[in-house]
Amino acid sequence: MNPLSSTVLHLDTVTRIHGEGATEVRALREVSFRVAAGELVAVMGPSGSGKSTLLTMAGGLDAPTSGTVSVEGVDLATLGNAGRARMRRTSVGYVFQDFNLIPALSAVENVALPMELDGVRSRAARAAARAALEEVGIPELADRFPDHMSGGQQQRVAIARAVVGERRLILADEPTGALDSETGEEILRLLRARCDAGAAGVLVTHEARHAAWADRVVFLRDGVVVDETGADPADVLLESRR
Amino acid sequence: MSVKQALLALLEQGPRYGYQLRTEFEQRTGSTWPLNVGQVYTTLTRLERDGLVEADGADGEGHVVYRVTDAGRDEVAAWFTTPVARTQPPRDELAIKLALAVTTPGVDVGTVIQQQRSATMAALQDYTRLKREGDLDLAWGLVLDSLVFSAEAEIRWLDHCEARLRRAALERPTPVATNVETPEVAR
Repeated sequence: MNPLSSTVLHLDTVTRIHGEGATEVRALREVSFRVAAGELVAVMGPSGSGKSTLLTMAGGLDAPTSGTVSVEGVDLATLGNAGRARMRRTSVGYVFQDFNLIPALSAVENVALPMELDGVRSRAARAAARAALEEVGIPELADRFPDHMSGGQQQRVAIARAVVGERRLILADEPTGALDSETGEEILRLLRARCDAGAAGVLVTHEARHAAWADRVVFLRDGVVVDETGADPADVLLESRR
Repeated sequence: MSVKQALLALLEQGPRYGYQLRTEFEQRTGSTWPLNVGQVYTTLTRLERDGLVEADGADGEGHVVYRVTDAGRDEVAAWFTTPVARTQPPRDELAIKLALAVTTPGVDVGTVIQQQRSATMAALQDYTRLKREGDLDLAWGLVLDSLVFSAEAEIRWLDHCEARLRRAALERPTPVATNVETPEVAR
């Protein structure tokens, strides 16, 4: 097997410029990085360093000014809006700081929603959603509404929604930001387990303690990768073979 | 490090000989601060001299077994109820290094910070890997968390230093955060 085929996310010399002339802001400058299947990569940086921009690029919510973003070998620019929307429903899972669950839907309905939007029949989508809730350790909360759950439980539902239907790329934006340190750690354990099971994960955080759960940590400053620590990418590729 | 109090606290749970004390100490702290058995016996001799422990004969295999005295029990109780002193901060090589780096012409402080941050992050990843790897007992888990939190604090402090240096560089005509080309001019 070609080792490059296990690359799930690839940013190649990505630059994103907002505005122009005197008000021009270079949110990202020629950033390149890869995330392989089975790998969790953390992106750290102060506010304004470009870490959230990086995540929106990875999810196809915004397009680079130059450079390419590929998910599972497909250049997102070639997909068109409809294609990118489909990719977001089927291959990419998001986890946000404030959970973003729909209050009028129960846990299982929230988790099933992306699959149902993608045309999966309700019964099948719910079954997959229950399995995903089981995986994140809260099968008993399936019929509960977000308002009746703790922050940690809501974030578990959000993770279930992010992984339901075999998504291979999980993008997490400060997923532990609203949680206490022990609950936050449980959420990281879940993300970590999901990556160990074969997904590729990107975790944006400003907390070093959380970034340390990743295989690699990328430091961003003013839109530039200034440093990188952790496992050598080559080792990661070998490990994902096991 | 309070080897003396730690050994007394272990002896309070029952008589033990030197090698047992060392093993138990390392078990509870995950061998984070290795003790050599010589250090254990020297400490026991001193504790005996001060009347905090007494030798209680030998076991079947000839190990000298120690037990805690009433004075020793009082000492342990006092240790647990007295906060660790923060008045005399332990010498911190990194803080000293940065303090000198910002005041020594020609040192690229930005690189000093970045390299340290990578190294500390690598250590933090190692600690986290240990946490991931299995069921830690409570005592060792808490020691590990302590290492995790201090590595995190160090990284936060380094981020803070970096931000301060950048601001200082913007405010002053001569940059301090970057390498000054001609140190003579800077003087």
